[in-house]
Amino acid sequence: MVMSAAFEEIAMDTPAGAEVQSRARTIGADAVSGSFALSDVSVAYGNETVLAGVNMLVPSRSVTALIGPSGCGKSTLLRCLNRMNDEIGRVRVGGTITLDGQDIYEKTLDPVDLRMRVGQVFQRPNPFPMSLYDNVAFGPRTQGIRKRGELDAIVEEALTDAALWGEVKKHLKKHAFELSGGQQQRLCIARALATKPEVLLMDEPASALDPISTQQIEDTIAELKDMVTIVIVTHNMQQAARISDQTAFMLRESMDEPAHLVEMGETKRMFTNPDDKRTESYITGRFG
Amino acid sequence: MKVVTGACVALVIGAAIFILGKIVISGLPGISLEFLFSKPGMGMRAGGIFPIIVGTLMLVTLTAVLVLPLGIMAGIYLAEYAPKNLVTRLVRLSIANMAGVPSIVYGLFGLAVFVLLMQFGKSLLASALTLTCLTLPVIITSTEEALRQVPSDLRQAALALGATRWRSIHKVVLPAAAPGIVTGSILGLSRAAGETAPILVTGAAFFLPKLPDSVSSQYMSLPYHLYVLATQVPNVPPEVTWGTAFVLVAGVSTVSMIAGAWRSVQRRKVKW
Repeated sequence: MVMSAAFEEIAMDTPAGAEVQSRARTIGADAVSGSFALSDVSVAYGNETVLAGVNMLVPSRSVTALIGPSGCGKSTLLRCLNRMNDEIGRVRVGGTITLDGQDIYEKTLDPVDLRMRVGQVFQRPNPFPMSLYDNVAFGPRTQGIRKRGELDAIVEEALTDAALWGEVKKHLKKHAFELSGGQQQRLCIARALATKPEVLLMDEPASALDPISTQQIEDTIAELKDMVTIVIVTHNMQQAARISDQTAFMLRESMDEPAHLVEMGETKRMFTNPDDKRTESYITGRFG
Repeated sequence: MKVVTGACVALVIGAAIFILGKIVISGLPGISLEFLFSKPGMGMRAGGIFPIIVGTLMLVTLTAVLVLPLGIMAGIYLAEYAPKNLVTRLVRLSIANMAGVPSIVYGLFGLAVFVLLMQFGKSLLASALTLTCLTLPVIITSTEEALRQVPSDLRQAALALGATRWRSIHKVVLPAAAPGIVTGSILGLSRAAGETAPILVTGAAFFLPKLPDSVSSQYMSLPYHLYVLATQVPNVPPEVTWGTAFVLVAGVSTVSMIAGAWRSVQRRKVKW
């Protein structure tokens, strides 16, 4: 993996923002799209800075896990990537975040367009109170696709990619709430995939599910990473180790200072031979 | 404590059954096709109540046309767009207070503003506008409550799919909140249908020889007619008075029941 090698080099010498950006251009120059570069990213709620100084590269077509104890800003950072933080009042995002070289906080960029490219799956399955079909077709319809045949094809493809098609192909008219929790979450994944995003953000997508459903979600993620870049927040160390290519460990050491990125690197190395003592303690379960 | 609280419930249910029972027993014998579809006769002591039913339907329909868009839009604004600040809190407080204003005060307000100042005269329009003011707080509050009960998860999901704020409200939140909004609307309009004081001074007529033909006509209406029969006309046969009461109560409860049935069908689909 060329990408992770370049990446580790960066992670080790924690570069200045400009260098991340230039490195991002080299890495993101691959034909595939959907790579994020974050330089000196900070988030403030009102007067309180909760997250600061995050430099990070998210290579395309790979799974990046964000781990760390509760309140370390993982979800906050995730929501910066599709600008969902904009929807909460009084949140300020500092630094630069680029998606394939384009600044996503640029004034001319409409967050609505960004969110079609960067989908999100939430912690609790949150299907809309409508049929399976209408759930998956919601995004494409938002994009203005109205033709029945075209929608049918998108719905089938998205459900297939989310490993749900086989179970539901005869019941597309069924109400989404009739599905089990695990099926609902895969429906939400299908719904997010239907807008053909380049990136899929997942905020603890399996934490509300039973082990079998969790396994299915993880299998789905493994299948999907050839198609989209995945950034996943997880509390489950084994899960991060199983499914991710690189792992970022975040920590907020006291309430008086903002959370920060402790270390980021190839998952295998992070779990066997981390650079930072704190990473090792967290991964081995000594705190968090 | 169980006995005391239980007794209170029994008392309330007993009173309701007594009132409804009395209306049904005394009113039902007076009901006939002729009663429903003919004009009053003999100084309102005989004949039917057709113009009164028509007047009430016209008044409630006109009120609905005015109040529902206004009230539902205002409820959407308060639940979905209003900033969380002092002004919003004051607006919300004012709406709550509006709901507590006695209905005769609305009547006098309507008389001063719609009948006299705006020169609509005593008319369907003036009464409907007055009832709009009276019903508005109920509609706004119930719409806002219904929207608040829709989990914010759903709004987030829609926004994350690239929907605009309005599309998320229009396609996801409003349909999910529809049962609550409909219930609130029916409740508000039922109250409007039964109000006497506000229409007494803004357009309801003691007796009219013909049906209203425009929104600037006066009209006859069930609650006011009931008041007239009970207090202003001597020697009205009881089945005429009770029959009128029966029609009013049956009309309002039928609409509520239809709305209730529709709501429970919807609720079965929507649960969280």
